[in-house]
Amino acid sequence: MTVLHDPIQPPAGRIETKNTTCYMCACRCGIRVTLRDNEVRYIQGNPDHPLNQGVICAKGASGIMKQYSPARLTKPLKRVEGAERGAAQFEEISWDEAFQIMEDRLSHLRETDPKKFALFTGRDQMQALTGLFAKQFGTPNYAAHGGFCSVNMAAGMIYTIGGSFWEFGGPDLERSKLFIMIGTAEDHHSNPMKIALSKFKRDGGRFISINPVRTGYSAIADEWVPIKPGTDGALILALIHELIKTGLYDRDFLVQYSNSAELISTDEASDDFGLFVRTDIPQDTECFEAQDRVWWDRTSDKPMHAREESVDPYLLGEFTMPDGRQVKPAFQLLKDRVEEYTPEWAAEVTGIPAETIKTLAHEMGITARDELIELPIAWTDAWGKDHETITGNPVSFHAMRGLAAHSNGFQSIRALSILMSLLGTIDRPGGFRHKAPFPRPIPPCAKTPKGPEGVQPNTPLDGMPLGWPAEPNDLFVDDKGEPVRIDKAFSWEHPLSAHGLMHNAITNAVNKDPYDIDTLLIFMANMAWNSSMNTDEVRKMLNDKNEDGSFKIPFLIVADAFQSEMSAYADLLLPDTTYLERHDVMSMLDRPISEFDGPVDSVRIPVVPPTGECKPFQEVLIEMGSRLKLPAFTNEDGTRKFRDYPDFVVNYETAPGSGIGFLSGWRGKGGEKFMKGEPNPNQWEMYEKNNCVYHHHLPKSFQYMRNWNRGYLKWSQEHGLQRYAEPINIHIYSEVLMKFRLAAQGKLEGKQPPERLRKRVDENFDPLPFYAEPLEVQLTDKQKYPLAALTQRPMAMYHSWDSQNAWLRQIHAHNYMYIHPSTAQAQDIEDGGWMWAESMHGKVRCMARYSEAVEPGTIWTWNAIGKASGAWNLDGNANEAKKGFLLNHLIAEELPKNECGEHISNSDPVTGQAGWYDVRVRVYKAKDDEPKETYPQFDEMPAVPGTGERRKKQGFFAGMFTKGAK
Amino acid sequence: MTQLALVIDLNVCVGCHACVTSCKEWNTSGPAGFMTDENPYGKDPTGTFFNRVQTYEIGEFPKTETLHFPKSCLHCEDAPCVPVCPTGASYKREQDGIVLVDYDKCVGCRYCTWACPYGAREIDEDQKVMKKCTLCVDRIYDESLPEAERKPACVLACPTSARLFGDVHDPESDVSVTIREEGGYQLMPEWGTHPSNHYLPRRKTRMHIHEDELQRADNPLNKEQRGPSGPVEGTTLDDSTSW
Repeated sequence: MTVLHDPIQPPAGRIETKNTTCYMCACRCGIRVTLRDNEVRYIQGNPDHPLNQGVICAKGASGIMKQYSPARLTKPLKRVEGAERGAAQFEEISWDEAFQIMEDRLSHLRETDPKKFALFTGRDQMQALTGLFAKQFGTPNYAAHGGFCSVNMAAGMIYTIGGSFWEFGGPDLERSKLFIMIGTAEDHHSNPMKIALSKFKRDGGRFISINPVRTGYSAIADEWVPIKPGTDGALILALIHELIKTGLYDRDFLVQYSNSAELISTDEASDDFGLFVRTDIPQDTECFEAQDRVWWDRTSDKPMHAREESVDPYLLGEFTMPDGRQVKPAFQLLKDRVEEYTPEWAAEVTGIPAETIKTLAHEMGITARDELIELPIAWTDAWGKDHETITGNPVSFHAMRGLAAHSNGFQSIRALSILMSLLGTIDRPGGFRHKAPFPRPIPPCAKTPKGPEGVQPNTPLDGMPLGWPAEPNDLFVDDKGEPVRIDKAFSWEHPLSAHGLMHNAITNAVNKDPYDIDTLLIFMANMAWNSSMNTDEVRKMLNDKNEDGSFKIPFLIVADAFQSEMSAYADLLLPDTTYLERHDVMSMLDRPISEFDGPVDSVRIPVVPPTGECKPFQEVLIEMGSRLKLPAFTNEDGTRKFRDYPDFVVNYETAPGSGIGFLSGWRGKGGEKFMKGEPNPNQWEMYEKNNCVYHHHLPKSFQYMRNWNRGYLKWSQEHGLQRYAEPINIHIYSEVLMKFRLAAQGKLEGKQPPERLRKRVDENFDPLPFYAEPLEVQLTDKQKYPLAALTQRPMAMYHSWDSQNAWLRQIHAHNYMYIHPSTAQAQDIEDGGWMWAESMHGKVRCMARYSEAVEPGTIWTWNAIGKASGAWNLDGNANEAKKGFLLNHLIAEELPKNECGEHISNSDPVTGQAGWYDVRVRVYKAKDDEPKETYPQFDEMPAVPGTGERRKKQGFFAGMFTKGAK
Repeated sequence: MTQLALVIDLNVCVGCHACVTSCKEWNTSGPAGFMTDENPYGKDPTGTFFNRVQTYEIGEFPKTETLHFPKSCLHCEDAPCVPVCPTGASYKREQDGIVLVDYDKCVGCRYCTWACPYGAREIDEDQKVMKKCTLCVDRIYDESLPEAERKPACVLACPTSARLFGDVHDPESDVSVTIREEGGYQLMPEWGTHPSNHYLPRRKTRMHIHEDELQRADNPLNKEQRGPSGPVEGTTLDDSTSW
């Protein structure tokens, strides 16, 4: 390759462009890929794509280096007989052999005890398929990454407002005036958030960031409010206190659209204590939440049927029903609850001055009340009342793992949802808006089996592997109240664990707690590194053996595109394709990319052929589903039903003739239908012609107030989005939670928690949000371990996905521990010097970096930049291994032994959300004679067969790169 | 005379590095490429980039500002890198003011690196020639591209549209209007280089709360007073007057 004289003359070569969808993070932007002589020359944002509108991020623009990384796995591999797991000693095998090994093993398990097969997946974006496979196999032991990511955010909001942030909804920055971002990782959400935030700021919106650390998005905030980690709930409850005290809430909204005015029995002697008072109108069994509640009417001063046109209820007060029961409206109970949560109290807890908290509440309340938006859009509510306009209060929020990844996160997020509701901002212009298929009933209808009888040999699971319990009897437990799932999800330990607890699956399986499994299949989840808490021990567990020398987890299958840390532990290692090499769907059955104005789903279509013998994991599942003769993948005569994954996507229906499949666009024989319709043989071509995306624009009158919008609810029912067209009222008071509490108190018939968990359920299933320190913090000696330690995610790296990327690793090759100078200097730790951070579980040695942009009681680092030596096919002495480190070594997957038991997950007691950010540490200077490298270090992982050469120098030039040019 | 340049809005830049890698992916396979990476999979990886983002902290906790600062060749009007070049490889185009390097003439002597007060030049350690931002001169005149895409790769990529591109000599251009109206400034003007690229400063939106906004007639708490519902116990005037 010679250098070129003419700065404009394009190099020679055959140019093609193709559209597909990015997968450098979970954002799923539309991309246009330019190829030159069949090599990727340029990846740009697709200007015609609704999500990213032509822009692309640092990761997306570096896809070329992912595609041609030497860390690519390219051949099916089998662990060398007798080699230790983790040593990465593999021999090549054929796909035929790999399939045969899996078929023999899995068919036996399915015939005997299907729960012995466990399938856990990472940020895979194909839960519709992996979940279907698990259900069809008949194993309950399936989950994706949500339990260790942000299930608190999903569950806390969905159990309150019927929707949540990111894929399910978000801030309407187009019309918002005040935007508050709390504890947000900088890739949740990525490009759409950047686009919207920039426009918002340019339009004069005010942006406040509440976060212990000021990086990324927070950097451009008009005001940064530093907060102590894990205290968000205290702040939010104090904001609610101040809003109620000053009368800055939206009373009309709360009355009509939430259960604020509905009366609750406060009479401890009554049968319905803690439950809503109900009218004697017979319950509508076709409804998920009967409209049978009672208000106390201001005019007649009597209890009346709620939401009658003529009734004007009290929100506050205490009343006596004609039968003598004492009752209060939900809002009064909320007011009682937040009485003690004064700004002065919260200042002590959060480190935010009381005046700042009051001002925040006043800014929110005044903006909401005085900047009313009124759009000339007529709509009809669920009770039949016509409205000439859509109104809204322009205060919006966004929050993610900073709130979620604490064991008190569920209740903090309940509090946030209630704060948003008090401001009257749910699915209204300028506030929070849903994205289809949300809103859902509270809780959503999907349920798991209710006991071990739901798991039977040679039979699909009797329910979904993951679901949304509405009451104790929905739990997935045996007759002693103990878990049926290996991760103990949907048991009394974590009743509402809607995304499972993948972070405990390995530990539980090794401890045979509640039982042992045979085969664990892990798809693109780095459980031997950044996706596990207590990483060092989990790595040992993966290799742990019984006395007879057999592995405690007998068979371990790993499917991944790259030589991750996890791949070293596989017995069978399956090479996946990259996103540029395969068909994919961002399905309405999983987490689509919908916009506020309507449902959107999208696809990936290969732009280059698979490398080596790489096979899309979807094809592996289709093949295995056919070989195992799982009903959904097999014709009645037992023959294979689907040729391959694209064929499956077109022809699979959720039930015979349901018309609902993986893709919602261009359904019907000629592509004339959407959402529902018979399979269309040309569906892929139609997506391809339309930028790989289907975007259905709802009429304006269906775009707001969707919890209560008759038109929208009927539309979504008619199009198969949901079973019901009933109003979805906001749960200020959660009767769902109260039922679990009553069961724990022995006051509700049906399933009962084991004795050891009664107190835990009673305390945590509070129907109103409360603040308590995270569980781990409660069990920590804070004199000894005074500091919080947490991670942030950089915008240029997604989890551990990009250290094999030659360009991105030049941005983040190693990570520092960011620490406030005063905190560091108290321990003689120098800027750039080596230091230790130690928790009660473990310690890391790392380099310190002084920062004024961190709350002094907190230290932090970038997540997953540190790598094990040799992993991701980097040199053993790469910066990632020698200067980079993983905070996970400080964090345990189980709580210290406590009254609830010895093996209780370090997670939210309601949802099972991993408490990543609850760890407390102490710091001290590393001694001068210690090695100048991070601790812990691990034996170097060798390059596995089929991976590429680690070039010492490279100059990528599309069209010549794989032909041997530099 | 045209002077093409970038205007970078620090008010919305979140430091995502999209400009850094989109620049690299476009230019490494173009006339300015390739852009070498040394030790791409080993210790201390380093490589040629035309554009980098630096991050600064300003002030002390809790009054801290975090500033992301993207930096590339500023295409100075009086570019000090041009006259110092002994071979004439470093030149400024008359038609659009873009400063370029002719690799065929460059001998890698690095005089231009020393002359540039902004540190915008990078030697390609493999090819031993000086490389730098070309403002994607191979894109902006390429008529095979849709007109909207005839922009530098970094401008197209930028998710916050913090990068504006245009002719700073045309007083009616978007970039000139923005510089004028939003307080656009040059880096180190005291050097007399007249950098063409400009930066827009941080701008704060604040809210002032007036007392009357908190003492509200529409306070919904007023609706919660329960009216008298029946006769009250005890003595009232009813018991003691006789008119």
